[in-house]
Amino acid sequence: MDALLKKLSEARGVSGNEEAVRQVILEAVREHIDGYRVDALGNLICYKKARRQGGASWPRKVMLAAHMDEVGLMVTGFNNDGTLRFGKVGGIDDRVLLSKQVLIGPDAVPGVIGYRPIHLIPRAERNRPPDFSKLAIDIGASNQAGAEKLVKLGDYVSFRTSFEVLAEDGLRTVKGKAFDDRAGCAVLVELLKGEYAVDLYAAFTTQEEVGLRGAKVAAYAIAPDVAFAFEGTICDDLPSKKDVSPVTELGKGPAITFMDRSFVADRRLVDLLVRTAEKEGIPYQFKRAVAGGTDSGAIHLSREGVPAVTVSVPSRYIHAPVSMLSLLDLEHTVQLVQKSLHNMEGGLGS
Amino acid sequence: MKELVKQLVETYGPAGQEGRVRALIEGIIRPYVDASRVDALGNLIALKRGSGGGKRLMIAAHMDEIGVVVTHIDKKGFARFGRVGGVQVQTMVGGRVLFGNGAVGVIGWEKWLQSRGVPAWEELFIDVGATSPDDSPVRVGDVGAFLRPFVDLGKRLVSKAMDDRIGCAVVIQALMEMKESPNDVYFVFTAQEELGTRGAVVSAFGVEPEVGIAVDVTHIGDTPEARPMAVSLGKGPAIKVMDAGMVVNPAVKQWMIDVAEKEGIPYQLEVLEFGGTDARSIQLSKAGVPAGCLSIPCRYVHSPSEMVDYEDVQGAVKLLRKLLESSPSFSS
Repeated sequence: MDALLKKLSEARGVSGNEEAVRQVILEAVREHIDGYRVDALGNLICYKKARRQGGASWPRKVMLAAHMDEVGLMVTGFNNDGTLRFGKVGGIDDRVLLSKQVLIGPDAVPGVIGYRPIHLIPRAERNRPPDFSKLAIDIGASNQAGAEKLVKLGDYVSFRTSFEVLAEDGLRTVKGKAFDDRAGCAVLVELLKGEYAVDLYAAFTTQEEVGLRGAKVAAYAIAPDVAFAFEGTICDDLPSKKDVSPVTELGKGPAITFMDRSFVADRRLVDLLVRTAEKEGIPYQFKRAVAGGTDSGAIHLSREGVPAVTVSVPSRYIHAPVSMLSLLDLEHTVQLVQKSLHNMEGGLGS
Repeated sequence: MKELVKQLVETYGPAGQEGRVRALIEGIIRPYVDASRVDALGNLIALKRGSGGGKRLMIAAHMDEIGVVVTHIDKKGFARFGRVGGVQVQTMVGGRVLFGNGAVGVIGWEKWLQSRGVPAWEELFIDVGATSPDDSPVRVGDVGAFLRPFVDLGKRLVSKAMDDRIGCAVVIQALMEMKESPNDVYFVFTAQEELGTRGAVVSAFGVEPEVGIAVDVTHIGDTPEARPMAVSLGKGPAIKVMDAGMVVNPAVKQWMIDVAEKEGIPYQLEVLEFGGTDARSIQLSKAGVPAGCLSIPCRYVHSPSEMVDYEDVQGAVKLLRKLLESSPSFSS
């Protein structure tokens, strides 16, 4: 699975510009699905009909969603000195931008969000955050005209981060760009290789990071009976002085959401996942904060309402140039959902 | 009607956990409606068919109340929590919460008696009387509602969940009292209003009303040094003109005013500079729906002691009943 995750992670797909990610996914799933289409917002919707008899009459139509887009930047102007002004696409803390390498536009022009060296920063200023409005992307052009030859206004900017395996055993930790939500995409690609007694509609969605936009129209078109969204979610498990909970912990298994800012998970689906994990001996954890929003937020409000749940791969340092996850968690997430889909064959209960 | 109010406000039902309120309402309204169903988000949708020639109306009151959700239980058994809806931090310390399984907890503050400030959310915890995670009666994901008994002050009623069980009570009472109506009326008791009028989004899609009215509480400006607002307790139900979520359809507003004046029901016009109700989700459903809101003035909204005036409540019942029995005279 690390080969697939590497490809997904290194593909550039800031919200609204998901084409490269869509191609990686399509190549990986094409032989496992019965059909696909790309809708007006760029969602890739793959269809796989039930391969086995014996499924319940409801839920029959199952939507599985993972978003293809990542947070990034966009070129909004040129300075006389040849550097680029930029705006943010999605939620990024200014402080993670300093001194980062980026790739700009369709030609992947390399650039650096430069910052003054320590020698030039007065002692009094060193304890203060810098003035972020002054940050610019330096592409090495000597003036505005030079910069305009290389990039265009409105070009997307993504972080330049290579995928690497950090630990070959144990948690099998890897680092890379945009595990939020390429981890979810990887989970969904793997799920599509299985055989189920329900009809699967796998939606690889667009523009989640700017307001769950792709999922909204995808869910309307699919009109599913139930939905699962897959995410790479907040993981803040580094040591803390206080006995307060991390949101999730690396290596402790898939994180099940009971509630976040965007939705309250359907209790039957939460119970299904928990019951399955306990029966199969798959580790799991709850996402222990009412923070963030996921595609489930848009899906559950579609048409007359859709029971939904989100399952996430804990990912450290999301919404920054580099994130980190455990391949073990990724595999456990696939197993948990695969088995849960099988356990749903008798219906959902009450 | 006070007994109905008491029953409703004392039933456990934080946003997303409306099952018990729904069961209570379902039992009460069954003899009065022609059909009912529960949708995927837990909205209760009941239909009372009209005699014909009227419109398809949607009347919405939300079943849910604000609350807390457990996010962590520490080694000593203290629970940390997140908010369910617009809970106000000033009302928390020393308060009590009731969980779905009957467990009760006290809300504590790390800096109690050590600071005069307002607590930060992450400094608060719930003490359920446990000494470790193993003997805690609550688990991560469990949802609690505020625990505070209903009080009848005679002219005024107080509860932690007037928002919006008083709306539910008004709708139920109007349903039980209403005479023949030309309209097909969908009585929708909605879920998850406090999390962003979510139940109304999907129920309005399903009902596809020609006119919608939400029944909910609104704020007032009649307490000492209150933020100025031309709504008071005891001056009658309020007909909404506007809030942060919607501008009320002028024809719906006028229909409500006309009926109130014809029936001699005292009313107030309401302009709320913040907040929103199920009416805004109804208004924006599908191709758009003429929608309004009948508001019950309420003091201390989103505190454990929300106060309404009983005459306002009775006025709201009468106005809603007369609206349901009348034919909306405007075209939609």
